[in-house]
Amino acid sequence: MTDVAANPNAYGASAFQADHAHEHHHDADHKPGFFARWFLSTNHKDIGTLYLIFAIIAGIIGGAVSGLMRMELHEPGIQYLNLWATYVDGPGATPDQAHHLWNVLITAHGLIMVFFMVMPAMIGGFGNWFVPIMIGAPDMAFPRMNNVSFWLIVPAFLLLLGSAFFSGGTGNGAGTGWTVYAPLSTSGSAGPAVDMAILSLHLAGASSILGAINFITTIFNMRAPGMTLHKMPLFVWSVLVTAFLLLLALPVLAAAITMLLTDRNFGTAFFDAQGGGDPVLYQHLFWFFGHPEVYIMILPGFGIVSQIVATFSRKPVFGYLGMAYAMVAIGVVGFVVWAHHMFTTGMSVNTKMYFTAATMIIAVPTGVKIFSWIATMWGGSLSFRTPMMWAIGFIFMFTVGGVTGVVLANGGIDDVVHDTYYVVAHFHYVLSLGAVFSLFAGFYYWFPKMSGKMYSELLGQLHFWVFFIGVNVLFFPMHFLGLQGMPRRYPDYPDAYATWNDIASNGYIIMALGMVIFFVNVAWSLAAGKKAGDNPWGEGATTLEWELSSPPPYHQFETLPKID
Amino acid sequence: MTFLKSAAAALGLILLPAAALAQQGVPAAEALQTPAPIVPGGAPAPATPGEGAPNPGAPAADATPAANPAAPPMLRPQGGIGQPTQGGFTLQPQVTPNGRRAAWMHNAVLMPIIVAISIFVLILLLWVIARYRRSANPTPSKTSHNTLIEVIWTVAPVLLLVAIAIPSLGLLAAQFKPAGSDALTIKAVGNQWYWTYQYPDNGEFELISNMLPDDEAARRGEPRLLAVDNRIVVPVGREIKMIVTSNDVIHSWAVPAFWAKMDAVPGRLNELTFTVERPGVYYGQCSELCGARHAFMPIAVEAVSPAAFEAWVRSKGGTMPGDAQPTEAANVAEAADDTTTPAEGAAQPIANEPALQNEVGTPAVATNQSATDNTGN
Repeated sequence: MTDVAANPNAYGASAFQADHAHEHHHDADHKPGFFARWFLSTNHKDIGTLYLIFAIIAGIIGGAVSGLMRMELHEPGIQYLNLWATYVDGPGATPDQAHHLWNVLITAHGLIMVFFMVMPAMIGGFGNWFVPIMIGAPDMAFPRMNNVSFWLIVPAFLLLLGSAFFSGGTGNGAGTGWTVYAPLSTSGSAGPAVDMAILSLHLAGASSILGAINFITTIFNMRAPGMTLHKMPLFVWSVLVTAFLLLLALPVLAAAITMLLTDRNFGTAFFDAQGGGDPVLYQHLFWFFGHPEVYIMILPGFGIVSQIVATFSRKPVFGYLGMAYAMVAIGVVGFVVWAHHMFTTGMSVNTKMYFTAATMIIAVPTGVKIFSWIATMWGGSLSFRTPMMWAIGFIFMFTVGGVTGVVLANGGIDDVVHDTYYVVAHFHYVLSLGAVFSLFAGFYYWFPKMSGKMYSELLGQLHFWVFFIGVNVLFFPMHFLGLQGMPRRYPDYPDAYATWNDIASNGYIIMALGMVIFFVNVAWSLAAGKKAGDNPWGEGATTLEWELSSPPPYHQFETLPKID
Repeated sequence: MTFLKSAAAALGLILLPAAALAQQGVPAAEALQTPAPIVPGGAPAPATPGEGAPNPGAPAADATPAANPAAPPMLRPQGGIGQPTQGGFTLQPQVTPNGRRAAWMHNAVLMPIIVAISIFVLILLLWVIARYRRSANPTPSKTSHNTLIEVIWTVAPVLLLVAIAIPSLGLLAAQFKPAGSDALTIKAVGNQWYWTYQYPDNGEFELISNMLPDDEAARRGEPRLLAVDNRIVVPVGREIKMIVTSNDVIHSWAVPAFWAKMDAVPGRLNELTFTVERPGVYYGQCSELCGARHAFMPIAVEAVSPAAFEAWVRSKGGTMPGDAQPTEAANVAEAADDTTTPAEGAAQPIANEPALQNEVGTPAVATNQSATDNTGN
């Protein structure tokens, strides 16, 4: 066993010495002791694993919160909130505190799923694991900064969870919605809970900015000889574009929420009309970040799906350059469409027209991607292993979510569905059925590589179908609720909305059953799964990770591969 | 519009998502031609002095109840119009010209296009799945480029989007036609968690609109969580200029049947124009997260004939244009109006606390705490 005492070179005295040690011993699998390996980690694969474990834990919590929400919404009236409020606010919880708890739940669900599940899994998890390998690099450019990135997101998450037990105004917890709109988040929410949530976003944002710098540097400087930008796998392209979006968007969020903090605590009035500020300014700043943020969540998914579709079609990706630059285009246009989230704030007609037109343009590169995936399959030799099932499910579900986006893009149509369940349905189709499908696709695709074990194909297929049915039953009726006018963020609703809410809540149960199958599969596969070969997917899997052993050596590519 | 008139009313029966294609789901379409029935004497009229009286924040509405003529009876809401329908899966029937135009755009332009795109992608996927499965096509082709088809699938969506954008921009332009000089101005002010309304063209009287408790709504035959104690009343066929703002946090004034949704932003006066074409009761709900009772500050609009509107205005102590000088009550209303400006927003919720206690029936322990605690910052 190697630990600090036995081998000071493992991580300590000098990085130079450590490199020399490797050179001399040719020991690619030389691992530090447990604490040094997992708490002081500088290895991109270990950090990727930490991110994935973190994202799974956060996903369980965020998913459980949505379960509470679907429970309460299962039928009209307030059934459980009064009881739950006594856990958070004490035995004397008032109905208003119960209603506040609802807002805490929707806030927590949104923030957890966006910042602590999807982003860590996509970028921190799969990005860390496979970007260096796919470009033929031994590790990330700044390994220790990589570790800082991860260990910033843990306290960020704890701050957010902890905020549930501090006053947020009417009751305990931050009940502002994930958008944290002023003045509800400033003068409307006394107490430290919202400050904690804001600080949590600061930390998570700093973590992501560091990660983005790391990815950009790695991809630009550490590609193996011959790995030109136009030969990079599409997953690497997707992470590169995502990293740029993070780098440009997150500082704006940081600025906006810092102004919230000073408005709350230091008497400024950036967003307070009484002091000459403007609440709508906050929305502009938030959505200047928030819209790129949705592409941050989906672009790595595009990359994952591209790899998987090519692999299981045994065909190179159709229109590689178009695919890569479609992502670049989505990233660029994604920065100039933000105010379509604000169509009802009282914008001028010309502004609404501009944002309507600009938003629709995004459908073009998105369409290019959808058609290119289908064209990749066209003429291929398709095998429908679990990752491919998730990828095909992704393509169709993302299309459904995308076309309702075209409806919402119309400023004149958005007026009636804005802030209704139609929007909830739309963004869950692109995220819960889009981003999450691509996460599962990537998880099954790379699970053999990461763990060295094969997952159970039967359980994987079962997981896909149960989850697929569950989320569609859960989210499709929300379109109807939205068209009928049911507003978002309501713990109780007029009785006429009961039918679809009932069906949606039943869909949640099916979806949750699918998740049980997933966890059984992971546990069983880790414990008793068959050993995976270097390349379990055959000739279609052409990227560099499949040239390595499963799991890869602790340090890969000590001799850089050459790409022709 | 034709789709309203030709509607088949079998709404609740059809649960198939695909049926949304049909765009026929407007319930009780014939009813659009007939006025809504009048409530028999049992239900209390909205303006009986007891209703808003405990509220010191708005003395105007009830300042001179004895002098005011009796209010006309309340309209009874009609199922399927102005409110959601159980199992409904389409837009609510629209009763404003803007609403009908926008609903047409959604139902006749956008829905067919997006359903067609989704089915097109689904068919392509099913085709490649069936045709190119490994057992049917063991040897994959090596094709990875085809400039022509890539140009086609870039240009075709562009053309389709242009086809959508043209009517869409036209719709926006129509929606933003400013109100004419004869429009009736109403001011809606969002508060945590109720709406206040002012009628500046009619002597500035003010209404406070709180949600009815469940049992009271049931007693009046109105939908739970949508019914309010004081509806606002508008004349049918006349342009309404709705000025929307807020006293505390952001709210949003929304009535789906009018295609109306406008954020109530403190410090801003947002303007919304609509013309209700048909008498009836139309419900909406606050549509921007505004705190604990966000779900419990509904909006109810009663559209009546101009004569009934005038009677209602007079029952509120208001005046009609062309009347003699405003009464004393109107001056009081003006004073009340000042308290609703953001500068004194903090005072308003406290003043209204007794009203909330009485009207909503929930203990007001934490009521407005957040609004008062923090505005000192």
